[in-house]
Amino acid sequence: MSSPREILDLLEENARYTTEDLAHMTEFTESEVEDIVTELEEAGVITGYQAVVNWDALKTDGERVRATVELNVALDRETNYGDIADRIAKFPEVTSLRLVSGDYDFDLTVEGDSMREVSHFISDKIAPIPEITQTVTHYIMESYKEQGMEFDDHDDDDRLSVSP
Amino acid sequence: MTLEPADRVDAVPPSGIRRFFELAEEMDDIISLGVGEPDFSAPWAAREAAITSLERGQTSYTANKGKRELRERISRFESAQHDLDYDPDEEMVVTAGASEGLDLAFRALLNPGDKLAVAQPCYVSYVPGATFASVDVVDVPTRVEDEFKLTREVLEQSGAAEADALVYCYPNNPTGATMTGDELREVAAFCREHDLAVFADEIYADLTYEHDHTSIATLPGMRERTIVFNGFSKAFAMTGFRLGYAMGPEDAITAMNRIHQYTMLSAPTTAQHAAIEALDSCLDEVQEMTAQYDRRRNYVLSRFEDMGISCFPASGAFYAFPECPWDDADEFAEALLQEEKVAVVPGTAFGEGGDGHLRVSYATGLDDLKTAMNRIESFIS
Repeated sequence: MSSPREILDLLEENARYTTEDLAHMTEFTESEVEDIVTELEEAGVITGYQAVVNWDALKTDGERVRATVELNVALDRETNYGDIADRIAKFPEVTSLRLVSGDYDFDLTVEGDSMREVSHFISDKIAPIPEITQTVTHYIMESYKEQGMEFDDHDDDDRLSVSP
Repeated sequence: MTLEPADRVDAVPPSGIRRFFELAEEMDDIISLGVGEPDFSAPWAAREAAITSLERGQTSYTANKGKRELRERISRFESAQHDLDYDPDEEMVVTAGASEGLDLAFRALLNPGDKLAVAQPCYVSYVPGATFASVDVVDVPTRVEDEFKLTREVLEQSGAAEADALVYCYPNNPTGATMTGDELREVAAFCREHDLAVFADEIYADLTYEHDHTSIATLPGMRERTIVFNGFSKAFAMTGFRLGYAMGPEDAITAMNRIHQYTMLSAPTTAQHAAIEALDSCLDEVQEMTAQYDRRRNYVLSRFEDMGISCFPASGAFYAFPECPWDDADEFAEALLQEEKVAVVPGTAFGEGGDGHLRVSYATGLDDLKTAMNRIESFIS
């Protein structure tokens, strides 16, 4: 029996599946699929649709630089983690932001067109936030897997094209 | 003497699949729905176990019947999964794929001139395997109107009552048909009445979508006359490991092992290590792969329905078996390959009962499946 969860699984696998594709793969009709997707979007379960991009494979002169940044913060009675997160998440340069356990408090990913741009962003916009006590920046040198997808997983289909 | 093929080898024609394989191999960029194996790689934990076993230098023969540790795991798995209870010491042999197990059974348990009833359409190796064992074949063509299931009627009409053994595969390659416990009862009663042994190829047992698999060996009076074959190729996506097993009464397994110990000696050792790990920790992956096959099955069946092509509603394995829109399925498959670069296999390659159908494997990613179905739609319109 099909369920909205099945639609989510399929869209997570490939957000470009059309309503028609989803209806073919499940027991829902096309209009039921549309309704389910709308409901999931309105409920904030589906928050957006993005391509998983391997920037390294883009053969252009332009450079795309990403860094993960460890942040330590100091809280006071008027400021909690959510307040700090709200402030940091507003920057378009920040592509992900997570509160984590361990040696530091926040883990964020920053993107820019050059190392200089990313460095300036951290030093000019993030580090000066009063609650932030420390930043440690790690530039991403190579990406092998993003959002569950391996960029070169050597999975070329070398099966016999016709077999018993 | 010259090195001419023996008569029993000469008697076996080239596989019906062979021609399509050769055609497809000459072409670039084809999408193949002609494959009879999973597109998934074996679960990583199983591959890792294989690597580790090699690093440890575990490269010698194992016991003829397979590592005891593996046989114990298989015994527990079959008991939990299919309600089958076999003694790992006396009633089981680990083989190089389920295919080797079937070959052993044909040669060890049938005499030259005995008759083997073969439920068709079927896996392409049964009939040649019988010929190599100098066994006569009784064709038992199942019918689309019976949902490609074995029934008492088709068994009687085909003359299977005169046979010494029956071989079948459910869930079925190439039709995707399955049989319920109640339907198997009828077959079991027939085999008991006419004293047929049963070779039950259950390699797709864990790839069912509508109901759980039932083994005929669990039915009253059947365990003592049945050999069950299974393996790691399909559900665990471990085709290249070449690992299967056969389970049955002690005397029969001993006889099969007598050939196995002189020909194969033991199944591949590295594969046995991988299989132990697969049974220990990869059942979730089997479930996930099955869920994906189910989505693809729905997709393919739904697309054929939209095209107005009648397609048998497969409930197991990973094959759809639509009716061919042309009179000649061989011609259709060849033209589809040449013009649209989509490979499917005509049902005739799988013996009687397959005529007029195509085998369409959905062991292919959904994106390719979608492109292939679009091409088929454009080809027939």
